Parts: sequence; C-alpha cells; structure tokens
Amino acid sequence: MSAASSSTIARVLKPTILILIAVVAISSRLFSIIRFESVIHEFDPWFNYRTTQHLVKNGFYDFWNWFDEKSWYPLGRVVGGTVYPGIMVTSALIHNVLHFFNFPVDIRNVCVFLAPMFSGLTAFSAYLLTKELKDSSAGLLAAAFLGVAPGYISRSVAGSYDNEGIAIFLLVFTFYLWIKAVKTGSAFFGLWTALFYFYMVSAWGGYVFITNLVPLHAFTLLLMGRYSNRLYVSYSTFYAVGTLLSMQVPFVGFQPTRTSEHMAGLGVFGLLQLYAFAELVRGYVSPKQFRTLLKGGIAAVSAVAVVGLTLLSLSGVIAPFTGRFYSLYDTGYAKIHIPIIASVSEHQPTAWTAFFFDLQMLIFLFPAGVYLCFKELKDEHVFIILYSVFASYFAGVMVRLMLTLTPVVCVSAAIAYSTLLDTYLEKSEHVLAANLKGTQSPNVISDTPAEAAGSKAAGNSMKKAAAKTSTKTPAKTAEPEINKSQSKTKRFPIFNWDSRAMVVMLLTWFLFMFAWHCTYVTSGSYSSPSIVLASRQQDGSQVIIDDFREAYYWLRKNTKEDAKVLAWWDYGYQMAGMANITTLVDNNTWNNTHIATVGKAMATSEEVSYQVLRQHDVDYVLILFGGVIGYSGDDINKFLWMVRIAEGVYPNDVKETNFFTPRGEYKVDHDATPTMKNSLMYKMSYYRFAELYGGNAVDHVRNARMPSEGPTLSVLEEAYTTENWLVRIYKVKDLDILGRNLKDATAFDKGKVRKVSALKRK
Amino acid sequence: MEEIKSASSTLWKSYFKDTPKSLKLIDGYMVYVLLTGIIQFIYVCIAGTFPNNAFLAGFISTVASFVLAANLRIQTNPKNASQFPTTSPERAFADFLACNVVVHFAVANFLG
Repeated sequence: MSAASSSTIARVLKPTILILIAVVAISSRLFSIIRFESVIHEFDPWFNYRTTQHLVKNGFYDFWNWFDEKSWYPLGRVVGGTVYPGIMVTSALIHNVLHFFNFPVDIRNVCVFLAPMFSGLTAFSAYLLTKELKDSSAGLLAAAFLGVAPGYISRSVAGSYDNEGIAIFLLVFTFYLWIKAVKTGSAFFGLWTALFYFYMVSAWGGYVFITNLVPLHAFTLLLMGRYSNRLYVSYSTFYAVGTLLSMQVPFVGFQPTRTSEHMAGLGVFGLLQLYAFAELVRGYVSPKQFRTLLKGGIAAVSAVAVVGLTLLSLSGVIAPFTGRFYSLYDTGYAKIHIPIIASVSEHQPTAWTAFFFDLQMLIFLFPAGVYLCFKELKDEHVFIILYSVFASYFAGVMVRLMLTLTPVVCVSAAIAYSTLLDTYLEKSEHVLAANLKGTQSPNVISDTPAEAAGSKAAGNSMKKAAAKTSTKTPAKTAEPEINKSQSKTKRFPIFNWDSRAMVVMLLTWFLFMFAWHCTYVTSGSYSSPSIVLASRQQDGSQVIIDDFREAYYWLRKNTKEDAKVLAWWDYGYQMAGMANITTLVDNNTWNNTHIATVGKAMATSEEVSYQVLRQHDVDYVLILFGGVIGYSGDDINKFLWMVRIAEGVYPNDVKETNFFTPRGEYKVDHDATPTMKNSLMYKMSYYRFAELYGGNAVDHVRNARMPSEGPTLSVLEEAYTTENWLVRIYKVKDLDILGRNLKDATAFDKGKVRKVSALKRK
Repeated sequence: MEEIKSASSTLWKSYFKDTPKSLKLIDGYMVYVLLTGIIQFIYVCIAGTFPNNAFLAGFISTVASFVLAANLRIQTNPKNASQFPTTSPERAFADFLACNVVVHFAVANFLG
C-alpha cells in the first residue's frame, strides 16, 4: 500500500488509478449532455463561445483587433482588449490540432467538452501537488477528491464553457510548480511557474490570487527566518518573468505596475533583493562589521523608500483598489456603492450550508489536514496553510470563490485521510511490537523519530495509555506492573484487528457517502444548462421547456440583420450568441450608465421610455415572464434591481420607493402602486395575461390574483410570445403617420377600426 | 562613519581575495546591467515615461537580466553547492539561458 515501498504493482497501479480518476471526473460532468444535448450553458459561456467561433473563423489577428459593433449599441466593444483570451485560444488550438489530423470536430463540441477534459488535468495536478506535501497515496486521494468535489464541478460541467473551467487547473498546477521551485531552488521550475502564471493571467481575473499568495508565502518564510538561496532563485525568477509576461495580455496591460493589488509582489521582490545582498555581504566581513554596515544600509534604504513612496502617491501613480476588490474586504461595500455588483447572485456572501453542500466530508477533514501541515511545517506546508486561511476567508465572502477554496480543501483533506489510513492500515505488527516494548520502558518510545508520522501518533497514544496505568499503580512492584500494563494493552489496544477494521470501515463508508453525495449534487443542482429547462408532470414524464431558444431562433429568422433588441443585461450574451442581433447591454457590465438607461426604459411610463427607446434606435424589446409556468427567475423578480440601478443614475425619473405599496410590499396584483402599473416592464409582462385565463389570471410565481382588466400598450406591439410565455418580444412602434401621439392613435384604432390581432395566441 | 568606512574597506579587500574568477565575471555583468537600469531610470525621470510599454520593456529587461544573473551566481557559487544538490553549474547556465530567451522574447514583443 505504501508508496515508499512501491513495488512494480504500485508502479502500474498509480497511472491506472489516475486515468480512472480522470475518467470519473469527466463522466460525472456529462449529466447535462445525456439529459439534454451538447449545448452551451448559461450566460457568460455564450460570449466565450461566440468569440471562439470568431477566432476559429477569422484567425488570431482579426480576433485580437476585433471591434464588436453588435454589442453595447451604440458604443460597441473592443473585444480583443477586454477579454481574458486564454480559454478561447485554448479551444481554438485544440480545434485546429484536431482538424490538422483530420478529425472534423465541430468547434461547439470542443467548447462543450473543454471544462470536463481540463478537470481530468486538474485532478492530475492535485496529485502532483499533494505528492510534494506528503506522498503519492495522499496524492491519489486528493486527485479523487478534486475530481468529483461539487465545489469544482459547479463551474466545470460539460457545456459550462467559462474561464473557471481551465483556470482551476492552471491555479493548482501553478501552485504545484511554485512549490517544486521553492523545494529545488531551480530557476527552471521558476520559469515554468511564470509561464503557467502567464497562462493563468490570460485565462481568468482570479490570477490576482496567485499574484498575492506567492509573495505572501515568500514573505512569511522571510519572517520565519527561513530565507534560503532556493527561495531567492525561485521567487525572483517567478516574479521578474511572470510580471513581464502578464503585461503581454492586453486586458491586464500596465496594471501590474499601477494597481495596489499587484504591489505586494513588487515589495517582496525588493525585500528579497536587499536580503540577498545583505547575505552576500555577510559572507565577506566579520559579524561586528556586518552589523555596522547593516545599520547604514537600512537607514539609506528606508530614506529612499519613504521619499519614493511619498512622491509616487502624491503624483497619483499608484491607483487605489478597484470596487470589486473592496467588496472582498468589506462585504457591505458593494451593496451601498455598486448595485450592479451586488445584483449578481454569485457575488453574494456564502451561506454556511453551502460549504457542506459543496464539499461534504472534506470540510470536516480540512482542519485536520491543516493541523498535520502545521506538524510538518516545511516550506511547502507553510504555503498550504496560507492558502487555506486566505481561500477560506474569500470563499466566505463571495459564493463563487468557493472555487478557489475547493482545491486546498481537497489537498488537505487527502493529507488527513491518508494519515488516518496510514495509521490504521500500515505497519501493524511493527507498531504493536514497538508499543508493547514501550509499555515496558515508557521512556524509550519517545526516542524513535525514524518512525513514520502515523506510527508516531500511534506511539503517543499508546504511551498515554501506559502512563495512565503507571499512575494508577504506583505502589506496586515492577514485575506485576509490567504484566498488568501488558494485559491492559491487550484489552484496550487501538491496533487490534477489530478496532482497526472498525475505523477503516467507517472511513470507507464515508467515502461511499461522499461519492454518493457528489453524484447527487452534481446531477441535481449543477447540471442544468439553464437555457433549456426540464420539469416533471404528475405522471412522472419529463417536459422540456425550450422557450429561450424558441425566442432567440424567432429573432434570428424574423428580424432585420441589424435589428437592435433591448433587454436586461443578463440576456445580452445569449441574444448575441444565439439570435445574432445587436444588443444594448450585456453581461460585460462595463458601462453602468448604459445599463441604468435600459433600467430607466423598463421602469418608467410609456411616454418617457418611448423617448429612450427612440433615442437608442431600439427595434424590439425582450423580457422574461414566468407567471404562466412559475419560473421564478423572470424580469418582474429582477425588476427591483433595474429600478435601483436606474435610480443611481436617473434619480429624478426613477424612485425605488414608488414601487412599494404603503405597507412596504412589492405587489403586482390589485394593490400594485400606480408607478408599478404604469411601468413598461409591468405592462409588457402582463399584457393580455388576463385574457389567457379568461379574466381569472393567477401569477404562479408571485401567487397573485391579477386584475381581470389587463394593462394596455400603445408604444409597443406584441411581436412574439413563446409557447410557455417565458419570453415575450415586443416591437417598438414607429412614429404615427398622422403625427398624433401613439396613445391617442391606439385609442382611436381601438374605438373605430377593430383591428384583428395578428398575434399568435396560445 | 569611521566604522562603516573600515568595514567597507574590509569588504572590498576580502571580496577580491575570496571570490572565484567566474563569479567576478558574473558580478561585472551584474554591475553593467545595474548601470544600464540606472541610466534608463534617470532618462525616464527627465524625459517622461511615454511610451510606457517601451520603457517598461527596457527597464524590466534590465531587472530580469540582473536577477537571472544573480540566480546564476548563487547556483554556481561553490559555497552554496550543498543547497543545490541537483543543480550543476552547467545546469544553472542552461536555466539562465532558457529564462533569458523567454524574457527577451516577451521584451521584444512588448517594445512595440
């Protein structure tokens, strides 16, 4: 079993196990493909998919200089300079390599299967990382844990084509290379750390975690008095090469020299140079002379530093932290200052149950593993301790940072688990014999440092047992004491087969539970593509609700090529990707004013919003309405965020309090406030809703009885409503030919000419 | 002040006495790189950082060269041999070259 005594069987077993782990990791991410189809999920992946298509079709240079005029109309977006291109380049590369070897794989399938494939690699890098910390059996456990842990699966199921899919692999692998570099002091590994850091920078904004954690590790080692030439070589290679490389990504640009997030690395870098120079000088002079030189040196350096820092901050070269970063330190910050960040559910603080849900038994083993790291406390264990402390904090602040916590939880849980197994499975006879000897002469046993950690722990507990017996029988003679303690050891040994079997069986049971929980969570919670919904009828048969694609397909086929569609920013990427039309705002959320304008168009009365719609050349308005089938993520439920964001920019036009009833409730039925009833969003959502039920309409999301007389629309006309009313598309009317305002014109039409509605009724 | 002076002179003397020739060669290179860095810095203080990428490329090139040479110096120093059991001087030089190739590839890209 032990890796140390690895035989040829172990040498064959390890790769086999790793391959099997990779297979399990990949296949447990395929639920959504089997249930639905090979399709891109959610929102952001649609943008990544669209840009990847562009990259494959038009080549790298065109992608780099791509100005996308179809988003953020009329502003446009410089795509090449505002994306992390890592994931697109990766899948384009895979696509091109496969095509070179005449495997005609569609780019969509490459994108869909990218994250599962990389999860196999992530498991492998967890193996490598843990192997550096303990041994390869712990490594295999870590690989298995990380392969199926829901905390990581949540962002890497098939079809979830997002940056995190490859970024977690890069994170773990970069950390492995860094630990390897510190251990060996090799510039070569430092170089590879920098190269993978570069890959990480190009792939995910979370690279800042590495940017800060690695310097922190180096700094902690310095404080612990653990400076070594190995540390100097590895850190300075990593920092000098890594920083230069990270600036090659246009989206990062000069940030590493400007923003405070990156300054820790620079500071530690400078400190290490000074320290190394001092060490060099120390080698040449006597200790007393060294002390005088050191004093002079410190005085000179601190004078220069103070002057330099004052000048830099006075001239404003060093920029303050960005808002998203502040929200990491002060969880209330975003809610007050930046509603657009707070409105995203994945930026919310984590509920404590989520830790158990995403990590199950690992969360219990995690502290034990960290404790074992403290016990060893070599350079690499310091790193794991720091990583676990900071990742735990960040995971508690923001739901989606659970993703950075999961690897370290898996690694330290694997260390704890394999230590337990080592203790209870291994070296049984040997330990037992040692303990029996130990009871005879209790002082000897503490002096066996050559033992493995497991047997050492065992020895300690045995020693305690022995100590107890000896305190209980202090007055007796030596010989019966030995007999008695021997018989006691035989009666209460933790190393008898029954106690061992119990512990091992329990642990195995936990493993079963863990695997079951992971599969259950993955299948139940994390495998829904969210553009295709599934529900079960009373007889148990499955119903597929495909309204989103229905609506987008309609838009694609029935509108002008340059039609502008206004919708809340959540659907921007999907509309651009699936319907190929021009959007006003999308999930990039770089321009808060523009989003607030869209919010204003939704939240104000028809007359006001018609002006906004005309000013922005809007042809269609698209909304989500879940009232018919009870889909709770619809626009009426998101409406308050639109109001809040709009109020931030247009406080005169939109007021949040006007949307609440005098009793402070958010109502859509009879009690809805006039502002609410007049808002475009309300009208679009409930237009002709009452007719559907013949006047007795009930909104199934908010459980509200609607008025029998629905709202009327005069500036918009219904263009398309999908099968389950989930998506409703409205066409913005042109100006009236006779110059009347649209409200009068509509009233006139209604009164005189009874127009037969050409709308599709369901 | 007197003490610092005497200490510095001891340092100076013992440096020339105790340092192998190959290390002195590396030190010479490092001093040269340091001077180029200082010259660039002074130039930037006078003329401004525009274009920023060219300045950063040049300056980081000197910093990286300096650090990589320091790595080489540490790894080839016979005194440190015990700390780097797996790194022979030839291996250290190969690492030095590999790092420099990567760095200057990026520098050339960044000069613009």
